[in-house]
Amino acid sequence: MRFVDEFRDGKASRSLAETIRRTVTRPWSLMEVCGGQTHAIVRFGLDALLPSDVHLIHGPGCPVCVTPVALIDQALAIAARPEVTFCSFGDMLRVPGSAEDLLSVKSRGADVRVVYSPLDALALARQRPDREVVFFAVGFETTAPANALAVAQAETEGLGNFSMLVSHVRVPPALEAILASPRRRVDAFLAAGHVCAVMGTQEYVPLAAKHRVPIVVTGFEPLDLLQGILMAVRQLEEGRAEVENQYARLVKPGGNRTAQALIERVFQVEDRDWRGIGGIPSSGFGLRAAYASFDAGRRFGVQDLGGQESPDCQSGLVLQGLLKPRQCPAFGTTCTPDQPLGATMVSSEGACAAYYRYRRFDPVEAP
Amino acid sequence: MTADPFLLACPRPLRHATVQMAHGGGGRLMKDLIEGLFLPILGTDPAGQHDSAVVEAAGARWAFTTDGFVVSPRAFPGGDLGELAIYGTVNDLAMAGAAPSALSTAFILEEGLDLAELRALVASMKAAADRCGVRLVTGDTKVVDRGKADGIFITTAGIGLIAPGVDIHPRKVRPGDAVIVSGDLGRHGIAVMSVREGLAFESPVTSDCGPVHHLVAALLENGLDIHCLRDPTRGGLASVLNEIATAAGVAIEAEEAAVPVNEAVAAACEILGLDPLYVACEGRMVAFLPEAQAERALAVLRAIPEGKDAAVIGRVTSGPAGRVSLRTALGTWRLLDLLSGEQLPRIC
Amino acid sequence: MCLGVPGQILEVDDSPLRMGRVAFGSAVKDVSLACVPEAGPGAWVVVHAGLALDQLDEAEAQAMIQSLAELDADGEGA
Repeated sequence: MRFVDEFRDGKASRSLAETIRRTVTRPWSLMEVCGGQTHAIVRFGLDALLPSDVHLIHGPGCPVCVTPVALIDQALAIAARPEVTFCSFGDMLRVPGSAEDLLSVKSRGADVRVVYSPLDALALARQRPDREVVFFAVGFETTAPANALAVAQAETEGLGNFSMLVSHVRVPPALEAILASPRRRVDAFLAAGHVCAVMGTQEYVPLAAKHRVPIVVTGFEPLDLLQGILMAVRQLEEGRAEVENQYARLVKPGGNRTAQALIERVFQVEDRDWRGIGGIPSSGFGLRAAYASFDAGRRFGVQDLGGQESPDCQSGLVLQGLLKPRQCPAFGTTCTPDQPLGATMVSSEGACAAYYRYRRFDPVEAP
Repeated sequence: MTADPFLLACPRPLRHATVQMAHGGGGRLMKDLIEGLFLPILGTDPAGQHDSAVVEAAGARWAFTTDGFVVSPRAFPGGDLGELAIYGTVNDLAMAGAAPSALSTAFILEEGLDLAELRALVASMKAAADRCGVRLVTGDTKVVDRGKADGIFITTAGIGLIAPGVDIHPRKVRPGDAVIVSGDLGRHGIAVMSVREGLAFESPVTSDCGPVHHLVAALLENGLDIHCLRDPTRGGLASVLNEIATAAGVAIEAEEAAVPVNEAVAAACEILGLDPLYVACEGRMVAFLPEAQAERALAVLRAIPEGKDAAVIGRVTSGPAGRVSLRTALGTWRLLDLLSGEQLPRIC
Repeated sequence: MCLGVPGQILEVDDSPLRMGRVAFGSAVKDVSLACVPEAGPGAWVVVHAGLALDQLDEAEAQAMIQSLAELDADGEGA
């Protein structure tokens, strides 16, 4: 077992797709929450295997896409300071703030680096006591333990030159917001497997019950996604609305308690703005008061910087599943991966970028 | 092909006011820079674009090319900057079907560069040139203040003789051509990334950096009608297929499962969230020739050590000009697009 | 949102971050195993951003593959 190739089998994929085809009796709209799932669906062409009655809606689960413009502007202001070494995951470098992106700041001489892990940024702070090392901590619950670990370890080591610009988001409140919308189009969710590996599945039970919506915790390989779709479609056809776990090889109902304790120690739940969607109560993590000295926003006095989204960008509608990327008038014309108007066109996980890269010549479906 | 002199090229506006890293990344921004800035000013016919230019002199046709080399770090598993500087130019000449004859080199050195390192790099260049049977005949050296260059930049240029009757160019690619790669893909890019600060990981992958001119010579000696050749460097195979499809006005269909990718390269791509079809090679080529000759071409290539993993990975069709489609490992179809911007490891 | 890659633990140290060498096929990377305190050499984990999120359960994985094989057999029989 290598836990990769076994879940990419073409024959089993086609057989799953065939079972989905036999199960479906009417149109259903399923939202895959996580951008990693969107990426896998288009990269492996899974949408092409599905019957036309199964509509996939791409959800808001790309941290790069939902980080608000104001936070990007704050990152740009911090990164431009001469004493700062600014560390970020690769995808964030090309996301436009209100005027430019991190790569532009880098091209003017700012010390901006791509790291693989917040622990790499921590190591850099250790090696370079003469520099202010700032990590751009974006992500969902999946990334929160790694970021919390870096802050906790910085405190233990007394690394005064390390700080974080935090823009952490949480999935369940976003699902609640989507479900509560009067324009709701989602019949079922494929919940993000790696988020649930950390947090468990319990938070989703009241959501499924209250809104009568099936929620299937799903993995990221082709067979995972197809099986998750089958489980969701079966629930819909049978009139059930439960939380099911497709990704049982990793996700336990209670999640990872050690990781949760680490998050609990460093972060607290806060309200957060989502790019293109707006404010959602209790939908983010922020540093607890005890760790406020590691808050880069405070350290560099940029908390009040704010920015404006391009008025032409409809990524908010895309993120809520109300608009397919190719139905946006700017798609592929004034908005491309090289000249993105919004974040969904930037990240390789963003719904617009994924469609541009893999599907831009397909016929456009009716809205 | 002659350009209409009254048809003024209208440069596309560049969004960026300054040069970005992605302008050198082999993707769409670099294409914009070339087509939107260099070609309109220099007045070069865009249809003439190839890895080498072909000039007629002394009653013969010569391939002529130049290339600048920067890599960080300068030594990587399987090679170094000196070797790259030779193989890169030798391979660009080979892509026009030329036998490399002579190279020039220019060094931009940063004040403070360790002379022992310079000596090692120059020795690498000499060994690589000997391996290719090509002479370094002239050179230049400049030194800049400390901080004004990253240690050393090497530029090489080369000329090579094209045999009579050989005409290898993107415009010759036509529907019915087979697409062949000469070996497994992505090793150079992964070897360099494996030792880059901030990403470092242990990997058995060594760079594929090496010459391919002898592979080209073998194909020509065996009378194969090569329509076009291109080396998949920055932007990888995906970029080559897109460039050729656009330049030749054809569509290309590629088969993901047929593309040779070494297990260790695939593993590294999984960690970094990269697609091996976009990762750079420095010792591979993509060949376009009539489908009927594909089996014979494979046999010729596989008889040479550097070509032992050669494979047919796709075909040229009369579909929409410039479109490259990929049949995925699951048997579904999707677009294989040009890389946008610099290839950045994907974490989220 | 979250690229998570399955890998097998080769060795673990006893530093505060509980760093370990994890093999992803033939590529090996140092990652923190702080959130999988009970996982030792030989265990499979999913790694995201330099941290192991949790252990993989081989029995569950086999059960899934088995259920798909049965589905396949049903499909061909239909």
